[in-house]
Amino acid sequence: MTTIDPAKTSLNYHHEQAAETHHHEHPDLRIPGVIVFLAAESMIFLGLFMAYIAFRAVTPDWPPEGTPKLELLLPGINTAILISSSFVIHNADTAIKKNDVKGLRLWFGVTALMGAVFLVGQLYEYFHLEFGLKTNIFASTFYVLTGFHGLHVCFGLILILAVLWRSRKPNHYNSEKHFGVEAAEIYWHFVDVIWIILFLLLYIL
Amino acid sequence: MTQAAQIQEQANLPAHGQEPGDWKRYFSFSSDHKVIGIQYLVTTFFFYLVGGVLATMVRTELATPESDFVSREVYNSLFTVHATVMIFLWIVPAGTGGFGNYLVPLMIGARDMAFPKLNALAFWIIPPAGIMLLSSFFVGAPGAGWTNYPPLSLISGKAGEMIWILSVLLLGTSSILAAINFLVTIWKMRVPGMGWNQMPLFCWAMFATSILALIATPVLAGALILLSFDVLIGTAFFNPTGGGDPIVYQHLFWFYSHPAVYIMILPVFGMISDIISVHARKPIFGYKAIAYSSLAICGLGLIVWVHHMFTSGTPPWMRMFFMITTMIIAVPTGIKIFSWLATLWGGKLDGSSALLFAMGFISLFVIGGISGVMVASVPFDIHVHDTYFVVAHLHYVLFGGSVFGLYAGFYHWFPKITGRMMDETWGKVHFWLSFVGFNLAFMPMHKLGLEGMNRRIAEYDPKFATLNLICTIGAFLLAISTIPFIVNAAWSWLRGEPAGDNPWRGLTLEWMTTSPPPVENFDADPILATGPYDYGMGSRSTEVDVPFSDADDPALSAGPSSTLRAKPDPVVAADPSDRGTESHNR
Repeated sequence: MTTIDPAKTSLNYHHEQAAETHHHEHPDLRIPGVIVFLAAESMIFLGLFMAYIAFRAVTPDWPPEGTPKLELLLPGINTAILISSSFVIHNADTAIKKNDVKGLRLWFGVTALMGAVFLVGQLYEYFHLEFGLKTNIFASTFYVLTGFHGLHVCFGLILILAVLWRSRKPNHYNSEKHFGVEAAEIYWHFVDVIWIILFLLLYIL
Repeated sequence: MTQAAQIQEQANLPAHGQEPGDWKRYFSFSSDHKVIGIQYLVTTFFFYLVGGVLATMVRTELATPESDFVSREVYNSLFTVHATVMIFLWIVPAGTGGFGNYLVPLMIGARDMAFPKLNALAFWIIPPAGIMLLSSFFVGAPGAGWTNYPPLSLISGKAGEMIWILSVLLLGTSSILAAINFLVTIWKMRVPGMGWNQMPLFCWAMFATSILALIATPVLAGALILLSFDVLIGTAFFNPTGGGDPIVYQHLFWFYSHPAVYIMILPVFGMISDIISVHARKPIFGYKAIAYSSLAICGLGLIVWVHHMFTSGTPPWMRMFFMITTMIIAVPTGIKIFSWLATLWGGKLDGSSALLFAMGFISLFVIGGISGVMVASVPFDIHVHDTYFVVAHLHYVLFGGSVFGLYAGFYHWFPKITGRMMDETWGKVHFWLSFVGFNLAFMPMHKLGLEGMNRRIAEYDPKFATLNLICTIGAFLLAISTIPFIVNAAWSWLRGEPAGDNPWRGLTLEWMTTSPPPVENFDADPILATGPYDYGMGSRSTEVDVPFSDADDPALSAGPSSTLRAKPDPVVAADPSDRGTESHNR
């Protein structure tokens, strides 16, 4: 059997180097983490969408007889607001990459306002609908799907407000370091995309 | 010692990092992946014992044809909670959270998981969820089976159902959080020079498992949210009297719960690949075949769920589709089995308890796998659906497969985790008691099922009495078999023979640090001087200076100089005959 003399190799070099580099920074993997998390989130929605499609497929009349027709005007406006808010929030990202905290605060503020208007519109619709959670299978799926999405909008809103709150501190966010801004933006886009599918499924198709 | 091991060990002197703290850290919100791994393993093993007690009570009831040990309602709760505990609180979290957390960062040469605090959170969800589930016995435990099919689950006790739903939702959340962590860790934190195809196979298995957990678990959450509306508020998603459809629940449930089978077995497949190669002192046969077949199982596993519903009024075309996809899964699984057999073939088997359990795993899993292909075929399944044949099949894969594999993992990595060896004699006693007890308990169930004995019923036809008594004796033997393991593990942890850093002469990176490893695992990024499975490849006859690393570019450190490369860089190749003048790597 042969042996390798470590002294003859460049191994030792590595151990010297090792001592110096011991406590280097943990890599920042939060954005990949958010993306993977949203993959899981979208699977919950996919499951609920598939349930909706299945209920629809096995029910002879859809929506079941006696369900009042859904009003399209208010949800339509709501949809437009939510979709455009996705473009608005992107300005904030562009701003912070230029170190413009004021711009970040402005665009996040506008987005938060639009999100709030969406939620109020949603609640207004709930109170004026002529069917309740237990009216029939269509009504149940309608409320659960929109309600579950509404919770996500709420959470997105909280994220945005949290970023706004934290951005008061000078240099909390800058062009190098703005994970919170990015995460809130990605989440907001996600909520937006889910709404588009939901709107198509529940109101249009 | 083989030369490969020598190269690998000399390239990685044991770390002398910070000593881990005292025992109190195991009861804290520690973010060290090794502490969390041990927390998972010990907690889930505790729940395994609880599930085992429930199973023993089930078998005691079934020792005689009459319902004499417990009432029928309690019997229903016993098997429901037994299955829920074993699946959600033992096999899933032990394989992924326990071994995954402990081993993945070590194996890929990382200091910790990608999100250490999230990792701790994922663990600390488990004990409250488990305690909540068990506390349901005080308010009327769930009794609709672990599948909790409506409408049965809508008419049994509400408190028990809601407790079941909540604890499974919590455990599912924990599982999703863990999956996020594993995916990002394996994706982004491999040591420089470790490409996908230099990863130990356990990491491949954990990657595939995490994809499954990430995709499938949320769908179960969706189903349980709808079910809880039905139970609590009285909507009619799954209630046919209100226009709902219970079959939709079955689809959503099995969309998770069939992949859950692979979530339970894939980590074990990975562990077995590592264990067999080390203890047979041979390179793993078909590294890529094993690695990629995990991904194939992951992909196929998502499109087979309806085979649980062949008798649920499923249309014939759908049955046909799912029968075929289910049978195709036998192909990647078979690839693994034959690769393990080929690894064992001609190997220098050391006969340790870890290897015994690994070989026991193969033999039992093959039986469970074959009965799996049998129940995949529609006509056969219609005959045996909801009979003890299915019970036999699932215990051969989940107990003979997953649990034997987990035991193999315990024996193999115990020295690394505790720094002490387990006692081999008691390990072998444990193995033989388990192996005999297991087959005694579950083999006769095949026959019972074929003769038509229904599962989930406390009473049965007296003609089944003899075989059932044999099953019960086997189950008691199985229960007794855990005692030598517990005593052995506890004694060895305190008083066992010191293990040294690398008692099995393994090549994967977890052996390239101290036992137990210090906080942050390594002093520096460890170096891959060999591949993960280069056992018995040290026959090179001349001594050569091997420049293991490129000082200017650490990313190449394991690359061109690795002795395991098919095409070594001609400038720095370890073997002079591979050397040339022109480098083709830069």
